[in-house]
Amino acid sequence: MFATAAVALFIGMVIVLARLYAGPTLYDRVLAGNAFGTYTVLFIGILGFLTERPDFLDIALLYALINFVGTIAILKYFRYRAIGDTSPTPNGMPAENGRLKDQGAKS
Amino acid sequence: MIALDWIVGITSWASIIAGSAFMVIGAIGTLRFPDFWSRVHAVSVTDSAGMLLLTLGMCIQGGFTLITVKLVLIGIFLFITGPTATHAVANAALVSGFLPRGADRTIVSGEKKEIIKPKATSRKRKPSKAKK
Repeated sequence: MFATAAVALFIGMVIVLARLYAGPTLYDRVLAGNAFGTYTVLFIGILGFLTERPDFLDIALLYALINFVGTIAILKYFRYRAIGDTSPTPNGMPAENGRLKDQGAKS
Repeated sequence: MIALDWIVGITSWASIIAGSAFMVIGAIGTLRFPDFWSRVHAVSVTDSAGMLLLTLGMCIQGGFTLITVKLVLIGIFLFITGPTATHAVANAALVSGFLPRGADRTIVSGEKKEIIKPKATSRKRKPSKAKK
């Protein structure tokens, strides 16, 4: 039973990786990366049951957390070209070239 | 007790097999669908149905132990963050002017009303334009 689920998840991971490689736009790739993270979390849990050592579930929980934060960080970076301070400057755009506002004012 | 074992076995079997089927179906849809927006729909199948069924099956197999507590935590977390992340990706795509095929509508950005013409997002049409 767990072997079936592991094989199915592995096939799904390979197919999603194909979409991640071939995605025509950035958003296809981000979507496929997020789905790949979900597949990986479930695969780690199934693998723990398959080897009768379900201690990997901590790693799966950690991977789920990092996957969500990483997806949001990638989206934020490609929207604002900066991960840190993206509060709008007076002209309505975020700070230029990813610099913080006061650094941009000095140069 | 034998009947209880049967019930536990059958429910966990059924949910794990159904969850695996949903995961494979969602992956095939992610690869085969022609459009970004329909791929969002395919990924949401794996995020909700497949993940919940697989986690439920593993919880039934785990019994009343710490493993089940961790699995419930993983399930709750993925159930919240999966659709949130998918919505964030779709929202970022929409804000960047990446409209579905055939969609032509005004997007109110600030005070200006600007009409964004739809871009062709299918895989089949883009190479023909690139060849020309």
